Amino acid sequence: MNFLVLSLIKAALVAFVLMTTLAYLQWIERKVIAHIQLRVGPRRVGPHGLLQPLADVIKLLTKEDMLPSHVNKVFYFIAPFIAVFFALIAISVIPFGGDISIGPIKTAMQLTDLNIGVLFILGLSGMGVYGVALAGWASNNKYALLGGLRSSAQMISYELPMAMAIAAPLLMLNTLSFRQLVDAQGGFYFGIIPRWTIFQGPFPQVVSFLLFVIAAFAETNRVPFDLPEAENELVAGFHTEYSSMKFAAFFMAEYANMVTVSCVATLLFLGGWQPLFPAEYGSKFIPTLIFFFGGAICLYHGANPVRAFDRITLPVAGVVFLGIGAAFLIPIVATILLPLFWFSAKVGVILFLYIWIRGTLPRFRYDQLMNFAWTFMFPVAIANLFITGLLVALT
Amino acid sequence: MDAILFLLFAAIAVVCAINLVLQSHPISSALSLVGVMGSLAVLYLLLGGEFIAMAQLIVYAGAIMVLFIFVIMLLNAGTELKTKRHLWGMYAGVPLLLALVGVVGYIVHDVLPASGAVVFGSFQHGNPEDIGKNLFVNYLLPFEVTSVLILVAIVGAIVLARKEVD
Amino acid sequence: MPPLPIPEAAPLSWYLILSAILFVLGVAGFLFRRNIITVFMSIELMLNAVNLSFVSFSYKLKQNDGHIFSFFVMVVAAAEAAVGLAIILTVFKNRQTLEIDEVSSLKN
Repeated sequence: MNFLVLSLIKAALVAFVLMTTLAYLQWIERKVIAHIQLRVGPRRVGPHGLLQPLADVIKLLTKEDMLPSHVNKVFYFIAPFIAVFFALIAISVIPFGGDISIGPIKTAMQLTDLNIGVLFILGLSGMGVYGVALAGWASNNKYALLGGLRSSAQMISYELPMAMAIAAPLLMLNTLSFRQLVDAQGGFYFGIIPRWTIFQGPFPQVVSFLLFVIAAFAETNRVPFDLPEAENELVAGFHTEYSSMKFAAFFMAEYANMVTVSCVATLLFLGGWQPLFPAEYGSKFIPTLIFFFGGAICLYHGANPVRAFDRITLPVAGVVFLGIGAAFLIPIVATILLPLFWFSAKVGVILFLYIWIRGTLPRFRYDQLMNFAWTFMFPVAIANLFITGLLVALT
Repeated sequence: MDAILFLLFAAIAVVCAINLVLQSHPISSALSLVGVMGSLAVLYLLLGGEFIAMAQLIVYAGAIMVLFIFVIMLLNAGTELKTKRHLWGMYAGVPLLLALVGVVGYIVHDVLPASGAVVFGSFQHGNPEDIGKNLFVNYLLPFEVTSVLILVAIVGAIVLARKEVD
Repeated sequence: MPPLPIPEAAPLSWYLILSAILFVLGVAGFLFRRNIITVFMSIELMLNAVNLSFVSFSYKLKQNDGHIFSFFVMVVAAAEAAVGLAIILTVFKNRQTLEIDEVSSLKN
């Protein structure tokens, strides 16, 4: 199969999975925040609210698409496009697993492996500022303009500590291509500790990881840094004047940015698709164990459920989990699914951290936010880069 | 394929540059300049300069132009008016500029023969590793001097633009 | 439809002619516009055209020194943009105008 057709198939697959992930990420967020706040979350639309994203999509598509009369029409239209375009294109350099071969086709689980992949992601996150700034300005509205300017200034201020936190593991791993970064994190210390960047000598990059995660929260405008778009602060900030599909575009861009930044954190710091402990100690059976355990719990609670409709949904969920767990045991399928499982698990942990912090922490005031970036994170990032460089040069 | 890519992105660059000169509102000019920089980044990729292409996106399109757009939004710059003297200047200047392009084009065509096509992938030294080796070995002094230059620029910009605290 | 006479790959002279066209457009913007920010942006356009020239010649000479020159030009342009925009902000604070013809109190 020639290169173009294969790339188109991979691109369609990645786009489909990404769109479904974005929709269900919103469902997961609503459920998790609800349970943190001791309530239940959406449960009317479909079993346990699983069709809620579909209902939201239908609602956003069929809402009246207003065009306020006083906006600058050209920029009002292109701002959401710019935001979504740069957010979605960043997925094209993220590797989800190693090389796989399905029948006669050998390919890598990545759309394209640029040898400057990290710089590409940095450039795209810089260009994502335009969508926000233009949306705020084109709306011809004081609150939107203030929200847009604050949000762009926040994104730019936190790009600096983020870039320096990215540069520190690059000093140790010596490459800018994502695939080579993950390959350099393979292997194990003493046979048991994985050589992920946060564990790797000469300087375990724990500080860089924390700096990157905090800067990523600010880049994606999430709590505790979401003052520019909070509902009770600036009337919804830069997307005040947007409705229906354009608002959905900004929403999608925010979630896509979250997914991209979590993927980059996994690839740079948590070892990508490398397993947690070697295959000799049974890391191939971890996904099977987890899914079987989940399926067993679902079936156990399905025997005497609390709510009546759970008599049907819980056993179904249990059987589905047992089926997925069994799929990991088939060797041909397991070579594709295992790296994918480890990668998704690590990205899922970071996304859960995002949602957990949203339900837990209050938000920063704007001047506290900017002070934090320039007087705390920037010096710490410089010191971290300096120490890393010194230790790498000395060994 | 390389020629089609070059023609497409060269056309985008020229159209955006003409838009920059002709638009009356500074924000439209700024966004056209971002378009020029994006298409120039693709042309750098065709010429094998992948590090420079990404540096163009990160530094120029992602930081300098955002600064321009901030200043335009903060100063609330409006559209610009044209005067009579202004139009006379254009009638005299545009033919001269076209003559300049013609002369430069003729000289380039004369000196560089039509062979020597730019094939994507034939220049292999534009990757960050080779540029880093050249930069830190042969061009170390200019590198350190530019870091002092950036420090001076930061201090200057902050001093010029701060609010006077009485 | 007969095939158009487009070569397989663009010759290097086309890149240099594009650089000349962009430079001339930058000069045109610099001379004919009255808003000071647009004048500044035309200067950035001229610098970009020169960068394209540097990278093209670096391709021809098969060395990456042109890339390094281009990198330094970008750095200097960044520093210049920062200080220049700060000066523009100060001029605006004092004169409340952004037209270069109005900032003429040292004339005559």
